[in-house]
Formats: sequence, structure tokens, C-alpha cells
Amino acid sequence: MSLQFLVDGLLVGLLIGLGAIGVTLTSSILRFSNFAHGEFITFGAYAAWSASFAIGALTGGTLPALEPFSFSVAVLAGGLVSLVLTALLALILDAVLFRRLRERGSTIVVVMASFGASMALRSLIEFAFTSSPVYFTRDLQIAHRFGHGIRVTPDQFALIGAAAVLLVAVHLLVTRTQAGRAMRAVSENPALARVVGIDAVRIVRFTWIIGGALAAAAGTMTGILVQIRPGMGFDLLLPLFSAAVLGGVGSVPGAILGGVVIGVAEAATVQFVGAEWRAAVSFVLLIVMLMVRPRGLFGGRA
Amino acid sequence: MSVPAPEFAAPGFPALEVRDLVAGYDPGLPIVNGASMTVRPGEFVTILGPNGAGKSTLIKAIAGLVRVTGGTVRLGGTEITGAPAHLMARHSLGFVPQTENIFALMTIDDNLRLAVGALPKAERGARMEAMYALFPDIADRRRLMAGRLSGGQRQMLAFARALAVSPSVLMLDEPSAGLSPKLVEQVFTKLADVRRTGVTILLVEQNARAALAVADRGVILVEGRERHEGPAAHLLDDPAVAELYLGGRRRAEGIGA
Repeated sequence: MSLQFLVDGLLVGLLIGLGAIGVTLTSSILRFSNFAHGEFITFGAYAAWSASFAIGALTGGTLPALEPFSFSVAVLAGGLVSLVLTALLALILDAVLFRRLRERGSTIVVVMASFGASMALRSLIEFAFTSSPVYFTRDLQIAHRFGHGIRVTPDQFALIGAAAVLLVAVHLLVTRTQAGRAMRAVSENPALARVVGIDAVRIVRFTWIIGGALAAAAGTMTGILVQIRPGMGFDLLLPLFSAAVLGGVGSVPGAILGGVVIGVAEAATVQFVGAEWRAAVSFVLLIVMLMVRPRGLFGGRA
Repeated sequence: MSVPAPEFAAPGFPALEVRDLVAGYDPGLPIVNGASMTVRPGEFVTILGPNGAGKSTLIKAIAGLVRVTGGTVRLGGTEITGAPAHLMARHSLGFVPQTENIFALMTIDDNLRLAVGALPKAERGARMEAMYALFPDIADRRRLMAGRLSGGQRQMLAFARALAVSPSVLMLDEPSAGLSPKLVEQVFTKLADVRRTGVTILLVEQNARAALAVADRGVILVEGRERHEGPAAHLLDDPAVAELYLGGRRRAEGIGA
């Protein structure tokens, strides 16, 4: 039996985890399900792609790929630019849309608004970049063989490493810093957080910045791994929410673990059952989790 | 009983002064309706009164958690009326809510770290150690999730959390609610310890006898305004007061107003 699904699943799972952290933090701190989070991923991918092009052009033509990887320094720099731009997009969307509706106090209105923002952003992206996919590179890569049917490309190695570093960094940020403690405090008990002197407005802004930046990272990395298209983030929405619920809403390690479980389950389904069943995996896991253990693996509250 | 005025209170000003305060959840339906009171530096005052008198709403309004529509609140001479709750800790006003007054999903250490976040960085470590010294019950289980503490220990952590910012005034909303008689005694003993460190205390209590035993003065609130006030010992012996508010209409403890 080939164990290839473990590698493929781990990588896709880590990328889902990066996106799911944003979903889980928005759900627990802003108390609504942000359906536009998928579009943050798409926006991040296109922003990185455009920025890498611009940087390449500014440096006089195309920069060579960083052997043995398929991507160049311009792609890495474009990814960093994208982290900033996507965080900004999240902040702007909150300022012009979500915050106003949140202040009126109806959660369902905010959720519906995020659904509208999702559609609008997706259409704008498609309008600007057309519906044909774009690629950071079309170079083929030579995979290393590891036995048991496992083959890993240098890009996959790099992306697994980068995702792991980002996930550990976010985990440390949330558990070890004053800003992270403040986020957990607002998530658990907003009224007490105010009494303790925490400015909720600042924490909300911080949450958008982290969620946006991680979505951009997930989008850029998915772009390097596969391709970039206007529907890429929207197609990830169900896996993102499944991962967040699976891990327990509000839990960063939970979102990562949930992402990996879904990624591996999807890859196993594709390998052993058939690719047409892939989309059903997140759905089935979400429903089962909601019925069996609604607070998730790491959820603190029922 | 004479207590030296704490050094951080501006000289000549009351620690806390409330004038004609109007506050409530619905602007057309004030729960606190013209309440006034003065708390001197170092004093221990308890607010008593029947259920629904607006005791809890009054201190929540002072803490910035309930909307104030009229009147003024001054802390050590500085007006803080209607200031957002998250700035109160910086104004040196500490508040212990009645329920959910600790972060149950965080460690004891993280609860205190959050609280000292309102202080300058250089003072934080020393202040946390001072709190652990004052509350030895929680000091030896810093890494424990606060949600796993017993009811009495939770209250100690809530006190420590509120005192961590060195408040000049500490307000508490029914700290004895839901505790066994033995723990109630412990809580009030601790409050007496705290006041000895110079902190001014404003306490809302349903458990009037226990509160008056440790307080200097009692204020009786009825229908959102003060109706009666006096030295604690005197209120305890006043037959009219005892009949009306302390004994005759006493409800189950733990049901806040």
C-alpha cells in the first residue's frame, strides 16, 4: 500500500490549518462565522502573484528559481507583501462593513454580510484576473523517493517546513504574549476582559491582522503547490470550518490538528476511494463532530 | 477605627464620590435613580438593600459596565463618569464581578499576568509576587487552569486579579454568593486583611450580617437611591432597618439585585 496520502494530506492539512486559525479566531473573538475568509485566501494568492511579478519586473526580468525549489526570491518577497495587503483587506472590510453591523448587535446579519462580501470579492477577483488559473511557475520538479510509495518534491518539503514554522509562531503568540492572553480573554468572557483593562477594539484589529496574514500565507502556498484561481478560497471554505469545529472553536492547536485530520482524510479518500468523494470528507467529518462532540477536540466549553 | 489614607488618593478628596447617578440597561427605565454616596479614603463601605434595589447596577455603572445617563462619579477627585470599562483599571479602580469573575480557561498565572498588563512593565513581576504573597492559597498552583479551582479559591483569585493593579478603590459584587458559611467567613476575613493594606472597599452584599461585621459603614439602597446610612454597628442594631432589609425580606443568598 502506498503511503503517499500521508504526505499529500499533511501538507494540504497544514494549509487548511493556516486558514482555519483565522476562522476559529474570528468565530471566538468577534463571535460570527466569516464566510469571506475563503476569499482572503484567494486575495492573498493573487496579491502574492501580482507582487512577485512586479518585483521580478523591477529587478529587470525574471529572477532564477532557488534551486532545488520551483520558486524565486520574487515569489517569497511577493508572499510577504501579500501578508500585509491581505491583513489590510481584512481590516478595511471590518471597518466599512462588519464593525457597523456588529455594533447593531445581530450576529446573523454580520454572517450574511460576510457571505455577500465573499461573493463580491470573488467576482471582483475574477473580473480583474479572469477565470483562467495562473501559476507562479510551470516548472516540473523531481521528487525524492522515500519507500512505501512515498514521493516528496522539494517544494512540498519547503511548504511543510514553512507552514509548520508559521503555525508554531502563531501558537506561541497566542499562548505566551500579552496580546495572545488578551485575545483568549476576550474570547472567553468579553465583559470580564473589559474589567481587566483590555481594549476590545485593539484585540479585534489584532485578530483580523493575524487571520488575514495567515490566509495570505495559505493562499500563496496553495498557489505554489497547485495553481491560483478565483474559486480556490471558496472551495476551501467547508474544510476550513470543519477544521475549526473539529479542533474546537477558539483553539489554535485544534484548528491545526483539525486541518491535518481533514487533509489526510481527503488525501486517503482520493487515493483509496476516488477523487469524486473528496469534497464529501469535510462535510461528513463536520456533521459527525457536531453530533458526537460539538465542542471539538480542544474546545473548553460545551 | 482610624485607617491611614492611602498614599495614592489625592489629599482632600473622597476616594469615591457618586452624585445623583442615573443608570440602567434601558435609557427609559433607570435602575439606579439619583443615587449619591461618598466613600472616604481607607473606608470600608457596604451597600445593602432588598432585591431589585439596584445595588449591583450601581457598582457596575461606576465600573463603566452599565450606561450612565445622569449624575457624576469621581475617583479621588477625578471625574470618571461613563468612562469605558477597560480604562477603569488604569484609573486605579478595581472591580470583582459577582459571577464569572476569573478566566476559567486560563491558568492562574495567566489570569494575573493579564491583570498586571495595565501596569508599567517594570512593576508587573513584583506586583504578581505581592499578590501570590497575599493569597497563598493560589500561589502554589500557578499552572493550574483557573476553572479547576474550588469556589473559595476562585474568589481569592478574583480578588488577587482585581488588586493586582494596586487600585485605590476595590468594588466587589456579592463575593459571598454561592459559598458555604465557612467559606463566606474566609472571604470576609480576607477582605478585612485587604482593607488593612490601605485599599478603600465598596462592597455590595446580600449577606448583610457578615458584611456589616467587617464594614465601617453601611448604605441602604431602595429603588435605586440611598434610603438610609450609618455606622455598620449601628445599622446592625437598628430594629427598623433589620426588620425591613436585613431579616424580614431576606431572600436566598446568591440572587443578585
